[in-house]
Amino acid sequence: MANEALVVDSITAGYGGGDVLHDVSFSVPAGQITCIVGPNGAGKSTLLAVISGILKPRSGQVLHRGERLSGKSPREVLRAGVVQVPQNHSLFPDMTVAENIELGGYTLRSRALVASRRATVEGLFPDIGKWEKKKAGSLSGGQQRLVEFARCLMLDPAVIILDEPSMGLAPKILSGVFAAVKEMNAQGKTVLLVEQNARAGLRIAGRGVVLENGRVRLTGTGTEVLEHPEIGMLYLGGSSGTRNHHGPTA
Amino acid sequence: MTATLRAEGVSKSFGGLQALADCSLTAQAGRITGLIGPNGSGKTTLFNAITGYERIDSGQVYLDEQRITGASPQRVFSLGVGRTFQLTRIFPRLTVLENMLVPANRGRSTREHRERAMDLLAFTGIASHARALAGTLSYGQRKLLELAYVLVADPAVVLLDEPAGGVNPSLIHHITDRIRELNAAGRTFLIVEHNMEFVMGLCHQVTVLDSGSVVASGPPEVIRTDPRVLDAYLGTEADDA
Repeated sequence: MANEALVVDSITAGYGGGDVLHDVSFSVPAGQITCIVGPNGAGKSTLLAVISGILKPRSGQVLHRGERLSGKSPREVLRAGVVQVPQNHSLFPDMTVAENIELGGYTLRSRALVASRRATVEGLFPDIGKWEKKKAGSLSGGQQRLVEFARCLMLDPAVIILDEPSMGLAPKILSGVFAAVKEMNAQGKTVLLVEQNARAGLRIAGRGVVLENGRVRLTGTGTEVLEHPEIGMLYLGGSSGTRNHHGPTA
Repeated sequence: MTATLRAEGVSKSFGGLQALADCSLTAQAGRITGLIGPNGSGKTTLFNAITGYERIDSGQVYLDEQRITGASPQRVFSLGVGRTFQLTRIFPRLTVLENMLVPANRGRSTREHRERAMDLLAFTGIASHARALAGTLSYGQRKLLELAYVLVADPAVVLLDEPAGGVNPSLIHHITDRIRELNAAGRTFLIVEHNMEFVMGLCHQVTVLDSGSVVASGPPEVIRTDPRVLDAYLGTEADDA
């Protein structure tokens, strides 16, 4: 268990009357990229809401380095070092790039710490220094994604959760964004990636998880999941719905 | 009371974004045709183009042999093409029955109108809610109200935008059965839906859109294993990530 950054253990969760997630279990190895894929309505966003503390699960728990995250407020989850970059358009378009990035450090008390973190982030993504006085809304989609990454790095998170970073990006831009994801991972960050572009996401992932209809259907290395003969059926129908799934492999 | 609806070479751009590129699609008379594709592939835009809600840049739309390209939504509707919307468009502060009477002579409903409305509410299974405010219906019941509402005008072709989206499984079966019954009487259906079990189980023919282009058309069992369809859903890899 020691090398698991996150353990999602038997999570059942939903809104109002129904459950969206049914007994979902998997683990996110520390220092790796884990990619969750699945068709529309599989429960990917609901799962992220549970991990980030926005939605309380009905049962089950989420553990971060042995500490229970489920039940904590979103702010406490952030403080524990688990930071989510939301889907698309989360920057303040009329504020500058520098202001947006500094807002990532909103919960930090020390100006000196904010300044040193900014320096680190700009060292990692040097392009950002060139845009810092521009309004965030004037950047291209791929550039905005990098600024969102930079903003989340201000908290020096242990685990970065990315919700569909490829959304709305052309294939050419996509490779730059995914290179940035790999770069953050190379700096020691654990990454939990939710992707609609299953092939691109699984290709860079050490661990892959397929969610369908609120259940974990497949787990394995990114490549194993990508090349699994059943992955097509999970997207295009024809699944029996009673497939065995693997729990966390501790 | 049936008709074939056909789009031929339809293209549409929003600014620099090509939403539809030379799309052709046939909803054959008396058949149920599914229209699927990943998020943002252009399904709703194509629906809007066919039903007059969106002007198209080029291409044609035909109802049987009649050209209806560029016709207003009202005109398309009056020619016998009814549609629902992805996010239901009902009047929440009118009762369910009052909603059903909106299309009837601008509110001057007769007893026949009311009887027909009640018949359709019974058919879709929500007659017991006739006097309830439509805003109090569950999401699935709203979808059923929209289906009933579309049937008021007795359209030959019915377009449904995500009839199963957000609907609980038992109501989905109910919706499937109603569509089958209506289709058995000859009515043509064109259905956009993400729920693959629903689409593959119900449709005779499926057309797949990806990035505004038709990548495949055929019966469900062929579509399910078509590598181009898999490419559309699983995505293409980044160039050199």
